[in-house]
Amino acid sequence: MSAEVTPVRGGRSRRLGRFIEPLVLLTPGFAFYAVLVAAPVLLVSSYAFATRGRFGGVEWTWDLSNFERALEPIYLEVLRSSVVLAGIATLVALLLGYPTAYAITKLPPRWRTVALVLVVVPFWTNFLIRMYAWIVLLNTQGVLNDALVATGLVEDRVSMLYTPAAVVVGFVYAYLPLMILPLYASLEKIDSELLEASANLGASRIRTLWSVMVPLTLPGIITGSILVFVPSLGNFVVPELLGGGKTVMVGNLIRDQFLKAQDWPFGSVLAMVVVVALVVLFTAQAWVTRRVEGEPRHG
Amino acid sequence: MMTDALPTVLEAPPRAPLVEVIELSRAFGDVVALDRVSLTIAENEFFALLGPSGCGKTTLLRSIAGFEQPDHGRILLGGDDLLTRPPNRRPVNLMFQSYALFPHMTVAKNVAYGLERERLPKREVTERVQGVLEIVGLTALAKRRPNQLSGGQRQRVALARAIVKRPRLLLLDEPLSALDRKVRAEMQLELKRLQHEVGITFVVVTHDQEEAMSLADRIAVMANGRVQQVAPPVELYQRPANLFVADFVGTSNIVTGHVVDQMFVSKPLGPLPVAVPPGTAAGAAHLVVRPENVRIILPGDSSAGVVDGVVADAQFHGGVWTLAVDVGGFDRPFLVTVPGLAPASRGDRVRLGWDSAALVQDELV
Ligand SMILES: Nc1ncnc2c1ncn2[C@@H]1O[C@H](COP(=O)(O)OP(=O)(O)O)[C@@H](O)[C@H]1O
Ligand SMILES: [Mg+2]
Repeated sequence: MSAEVTPVRGGRSRRLGRFIEPLVLLTPGFAFYAVLVAAPVLLVSSYAFATRGRFGGVEWTWDLSNFERALEPIYLEVLRSSVVLAGIATLVALLLGYPTAYAITKLPPRWRTVALVLVVVPFWTNFLIRMYAWIVLLNTQGVLNDALVATGLVEDRVSMLYTPAAVVVGFVYAYLPLMILPLYASLEKIDSELLEASANLGASRIRTLWSVMVPLTLPGIITGSILVFVPSLGNFVVPELLGGGKTVMVGNLIRDQFLKAQDWPFGSVLAMVVVVALVVLFTAQAWVTRRVEGEPRHG
Repeated sequence: MMTDALPTVLEAPPRAPLVEVIELSRAFGDVVALDRVSLTIAENEFFALLGPSGCGKTTLLRSIAGFEQPDHGRILLGGDDLLTRPPNRRPVNLMFQSYALFPHMTVAKNVAYGLERERLPKREVTERVQGVLEIVGLTALAKRRPNQLSGGQRQRVALARAIVKRPRLLLLDEPLSALDRKVRAEMQLELKRLQHEVGITFVVVTHDQEEAMSLADRIAVMANGRVQQVAPPVELYQRPANLFVADFVGTSNIVTGHVVDQMFVSKPLGPLPVAVPPGTAAGAAHLVVRPENVRIILPGDSSAGVVDGVVADAQFHGGVWTLAVDVGGFDRPFLVTVPGLAPASRGDRVRLGWDSAALVQDELV
């Protein structure tokens, strides 16, 4: 008898175990996100529908006027120029990152790891220090200007710092590794015989790049672009340090609403705009990835 | 003089060579994948490369297609040097062993890819794609993606993609290996028909000797990166150039011995019947007898036998019996195939004789 009972009990506890194990493994992560991410986001989002408190904070009376205010030309212009700057930074990072990532996949396996470590090395240094380094570089009295004048390429020193271009340079520099890593992951997965097949069928290298490599690395291109675009869009440190406060981006605007203007509801509306943009981008990314990496077989 | 002019023997005019591979070598580190390979493949020929896995077949095809740079040697196509041309400018299409289908394109798109590179009018592309999909029987699946197809279907897409370009030379790397027996036989016929119809020169790589035998005009047997023998199937089977070919192609009974005084002598068995070509040097040699050429002589039969043995096993293979006969002094049993009824059964004492056998002296090139 006991011989018959045991396997049943074993089966049940195994089934239970199969349920409990993922639960145990997921709980810390979920708890972390629930407490430290979801709750603050929900709280701040709820401010968007409230009224501004006199000395910061909010009063809980229903108010949608902040959404209307966000549509005023002055704020739309900030949003537009933020998207343009972050977009240019993303494009530049993509154009620099794609060949880099491709070159890394062509290295012998041992050197690939070395190259990938080198790509992330800048992350070991404090972000602010790296930005200050760019001030030293781009300054009118800076190293780059010294070099330009010394080589006679320019006569007068060029003001490079405190321009939108400097902001773009800062973004590209700061987030390029986040572009290279997903691109590398995508490129590394491409079967080299696909590229050979393309050549064998008469395609030039450019054609193979467009018709085979780019479509197959689309998930990496989109992931990398989001990872550069999103933190650039919401960034307020780089525009201030390298843009000299002349370039106002959405991040600066949001920070100012909370810390200077004491208008939490409006800051919250602006923050929500950024969050919604994110959600849209990530949904698109998931959709493309699923399409490229293939649905399950049907037959 | 004119008077004693003999009627000339009527021969098919020799076909012009399309591909000439000259002393081609390629090494990967210590591994020599190709070792001074020389081959001439004629226009319109159906040529097979046969050999065990790792003997360099894929490397040879990839060199012709332009994806391997040989260390030495030359490849000519229609007399022109092929090695100076980039892969996308060679009038050669390769069907990859792994198929290498574009996963993000439909079947029709995959097949159209090569034609679109030729900047053909859209209508012509569509027509030719449809035509070739019909040939390989995939019309109904034109809109599927490769990951929605079975292995055999993918193989047919790869084939369609390679032939739709109508190249001068078509290289097929194990084109039928993933197909089951029945579909494979159909596709073999299809390949043969295609070759007659479109007049493309085919080079097919295979490790399946039956496939090579049934398809090819000529076969090159390769081993260790070297060409062992190039010959039409029948000649390859009847007159193997060395021990490797004799053993690799078909089933053989091989007796090791010596040539002495224009006679073949085996240590345990004494002199054995085989035609020793005049001028054969004395020394080690191997006698090759195909199982279907071995006769079984039962007790009471008056014809002369050669060796005595005991039937160790008898197997029926649908119409044909295969007997394994243990002969004293040999590790491997003699294999004998006999059509019809089994002439002997397990444990019977039999004598074996043969009328036709081949002699090979070298082990390997
Ligand atoms: N890219 C490569 N790197 C190193 N060794 C290789 C490479 N390609 C082929 N080889 C080696 O060369 C030999 C011949 O390979 P291959 O041409 O693929 O043989 P086959 O197609 O006849 O099976 C094998 O020993 C294989 O391991
Ligand atoms: Mg191979």
